Amino acid sequence: MCTLEKRGNLFILTLTGEDQHRFNPDLISSLLDLLSQVKAQATCGSVLITQAQGKFFSYGFDLDWAKAAGSERGAAKRLQHMADLFKPVIATLLSLPMPTIAAITGHAVAAGFTLALSHDYLIMRKDRGILWMPEVDIAVTLPDYINALFKEKIGDASVRRDLFLRGLKMKGDEAEKRGVVKAAYDGEAEVREASVCLAENLGKRKWNGEVYAEIRKGLYPQLSAILGLSHKVY
Amino acid sequence: MCSLEKRGNLFILILTGQNGEHRLNPNLFSSIISALLRTKAESTSGSALVTVSHSKFFCNGFDLDWVKAAGSDEETQQCFNLLLDYLKQLVLAFISLPMPTIAAVNGHAAAGGVVLALCHDYVLMRRYRSVLYMIDFDLGIKIPEPFMALFRAKISGSARRDLLLSGLKIKGEEALKMGIVEAVYDGEEEVTNAVIKIADDLAKRNWHGEVYAEIRKGLYSELCDILGIASIPIATPKL
Repeated sequence: MCTLEKRGNLFILTLTGEDQHRFNPDLISSLLDLLSQVKAQATCGSVLITQAQGKFFSYGFDLDWAKAAGSERGAAKRLQHMADLFKPVIATLLSLPMPTIAAITGHAVAAGFTLALSHDYLIMRKDRGILWMPEVDIAVTLPDYINALFKEKIGDASVRRDLFLRGLKMKGDEAEKRGVVKAAYDGEAEVREASVCLAENLGKRKWNGEVYAEIRKGLYPQLSAILGLSHKVY
Repeated sequence: MCSLEKRGNLFILILTGQNGEHRLNPNLFSSIISALLRTKAESTSGSALVTVSHSKFFCNGFDLDWVKAAGSDEETQQCFNLLLDYLKQLVLAFISLPMPTIAAVNGHAAAGGVVLALCHDYVLMRRYRSVLYMIDFDLGIKIPEPFMALFRAKISGSARRDLLLSGLKIKGEEALKMGIVEAVYDGEEEVTNAVIKIADDLAKRNWHGEVYAEIRKGLYSELCDILGIASIPIATPKL
């Protein structure tokens, strides 16, 4: 499911296994648990890298679990339930007292893309993997916190329109060019190496984590408000 | 005024009449809004709307002659405010349309005409013979909400400042660089054909129109707040 490792100053959160890392209530709960542990163990100079094994970063919510409800209405309710459970994961990431990096070595789709985008820096593969919001294709609307996340993190209006209204499958080089990710590299090892390198550089700055988190919340005020995160003013 | 044609899954809104300037007055506004209501009523999954014009102008903004003909200062102000109300209704109608929308800016678009173009999900333009001009600034006219919200929603970064504060007549290439339009073409026919092609490609995705509109509203949530409409969560998942 997911594991947490500590390597010096680095916290490494890994979605394990070769499957699609679909967020069902169990995985969401584990993620929240591990992120809470990261928060509790944070010190000056801590950095988080979130990564995944296999061909997928995450393909989003567990639609099979939703379908298993047996009816269209039941499926919609289960989807809503997962969206509600997922919100605190995003809130925890937004208020994490350290820089955060998503090392995207596979497909990041829907809630998977959302998880990645909730990090301060996104590093992606150029040669494999897409970023995709398929909600328009599967005919579901997006929860308010996901709308706010994309609005405040992605400055380019036509990129947001392409992602939400066109269901664009964005590859690494386009994502880099259009400012959705910080950088894209050829190969899985290169992405992991670049993420660790970035993390080490950021960690060396030994920032006060609490202040870092407050500045981050100030960058994304609408999202913070929707996530129920208060913002301290010094 | 305007006419509405249906070609398979595509609704084609054609701006016509009034010596080609397609100036926005109560008649043209009513005509367009009416056409959009009909489009909404006849929409199905996989519909799309394109808006075209076949003259020197896409839309040259408000019919200021009509406004001035009211006579007194007070009456002209009232007429102007009426046009602002209509423009707001237009924005509302486009934001809620249950299908992708594409504008073929084949000629000049000024002020309200720029707003009309930007109401669409995608804008294509002619490379030459076509400018976007926010003339309001030069005429000493303020741009009220919700139109400012529309600009904030659709245009990013320094392009916003350049469109609204520079008083520039923005040609096709520039508009493309600024991210205001998707693509530019040399001839009127090329723009129209490109718009139809995009519409066809989007229509083939067979999206659920109502969900598309709600996703659009969520995307432009600040604009919707100012317009006083909320987006409704829908989950009719095609799982």
